Amino acid sequence: MISRPTTVRVAGGQGFWGDWLEAPYRQVTGGPVDYLMMDYLAEVTMSILQKQKSRDPARGYASDFITQMERILPTVVERGIKVTANAGGVNPRACAMAVAAVARKLGLSGRLTIGVVTGDDLLGRLDGLIARGHDLKNLDTGRPLHDVRDRVLSANAYLGAAPVVEALQRGAQVVITGRVTDTGLTLGPLMHAFGWADDAWDRIAAGTVAGHIIECGAQCSGGNCLHDWKRIPDMANVGYPIVEARGDGSFDIVKHPRTGGRIDVASVTEQLVYEMGDPNAYITPDGVADFTTIQLKQAGKDRVRVSGIKGKPATDKLKVSVAYFYGYKAVGTLVYAWPDALEKAKAADRILRQRLDDLGLTFEAMHTEFVGADATHGPLGLKDIDVAAIPEVQLRVGVRARDEAPVDRFTREIAPLILNGPPSVTGFAGGRPKPEEIVAYWPALIDKKMVEPAVELIET
Amino acid sequence: MKRRLVDLAHARSGDKGDTANIGLIALKPKDYPILVKQVTAARVARHFKGMINGPVERFELPNLHALNFLLHGALDGGGTVSLKTDAQGKVFSTALLRMEIEVKT
Repeated sequence: MISRPTTVRVAGGQGFWGDWLEAPYRQVTGGPVDYLMMDYLAEVTMSILQKQKSRDPARGYASDFITQMERILPTVVERGIKVTANAGGVNPRACAMAVAAVARKLGLSGRLTIGVVTGDDLLGRLDGLIARGHDLKNLDTGRPLHDVRDRVLSANAYLGAAPVVEALQRGAQVVITGRVTDTGLTLGPLMHAFGWADDAWDRIAAGTVAGHIIECGAQCSGGNCLHDWKRIPDMANVGYPIVEARGDGSFDIVKHPRTGGRIDVASVTEQLVYEMGDPNAYITPDGVADFTTIQLKQAGKDRVRVSGIKGKPATDKLKVSVAYFYGYKAVGTLVYAWPDALEKAKAADRILRQRLDDLGLTFEAMHTEFVGADATHGPLGLKDIDVAAIPEVQLRVGVRARDEAPVDRFTREIAPLILNGPPSVTGFAGGRPKPEEIVAYWPALIDKKMVEPAVELIET
Repeated sequence: MKRRLVDLAHARSGDKGDTANIGLIALKPKDYPILVKQVTAARVARHFKGMINGPVERFELPNLHALNFLLHGALDGGGTVSLKTDAQGKVFSTALLRMEIEVKT
């Protein structure tokens, strides 16, 4: 009989690639944790990594992860903390080799087993899949992937918790994956530690909700929290979240003592509704969670108890994230000062548009914002303010086109406005804007049986 | 009397492609029924007229005293395609909090 723990603590260490560099170290040293979960992959990240890998086959993973591991590995090994991270990007094996090299450098040879999860990368299989009738229709537009096939840069299926569980069961202490769901990095450890079956739908839903709460790091523990934000204490020292789970699927969200931020029903609720679709069906590869069954209760200072979560069986599909080359865009800005700041910015926009028109340039889209007046709230905010009193307004104009030429010409029409447009203009220190390649995202579904996750172990 | 949503609720938003979501959460559970009654999908669509190109869907989460709105066609294509400052709809929620609703005194 395997003995099971009463509670398991999974710490959230990174909410995205670029999150606070101090967080992982603080999570493994600030108090007891069993697992450290780190999420690195946003939708566009995979295409950036694919580009890096095409230039250098040893790259294509989140390089910051290696620096982080160098810092935390001695503690992780000493305390027996397990790490799950989707830092592998489009090259999980190379990422694992880099971590192994760091482990050897730190004198930890023979003391660390790394699990590598692959099988999510569909780029090399796309033509075969399309030929066999998997047309990977865009979930938003219904168009088949065939329409943009020659511009595809990366294609990855979202794997779930199962391969993470397998890697942990086979003895991996650090599990490095490619495109595994953010939630699977938390659910996997809980399924492994408590021995949850892969059809224990309520528990799988509970582990998924736990993962959703901590997958954005401090965004559930006081970060980006609108509720009572002015009084959230010591944000400079914000504590990242920890799931303290029990075998029955209930769990508490907590943080280490002597850290800042706040964990209360309001902060956790804000994170629960973040990026939410239909709350009755939060679909992952592992199961379907019903967010309308979640019960929250303050169970102590900086401790929220989460219980009652119901789940439904997994679907027979996996989501696929395809990145493809879309076209070009550029954004130019100028700042206009009082008096009549907004009027001047509006006049400059009219002049710019006429000049572009006179040049015969056409764009798929042209978008003007007056930052400081209408950029985030549109016309809704202007009703409440004395427009004539605004000290300055930033004119921000963006264009988008399939071809680079009109976008490039647009970037040369901003600076002249400084001398040949409305007065009191500044803020051009950054120079001419650069045309930027747009890599767009194509969401699709694929039959689950077409994707075979694989797990391998690397000894250091 | 008229009250602004910012006095009755807090909110957070995010994106899924060209759709922005707004989770609207009652500050006090007793005010949740007022939100359910007055902050309808149709009312939210009128509030954002000219700012979004698609329909508005609403879901209820009585367990969290929250409503979830999906604003389709809100992000100029969304993600990397969008030319907007708020390409990922991160602060769309705050624009909803400007809405005024009728509250019994």
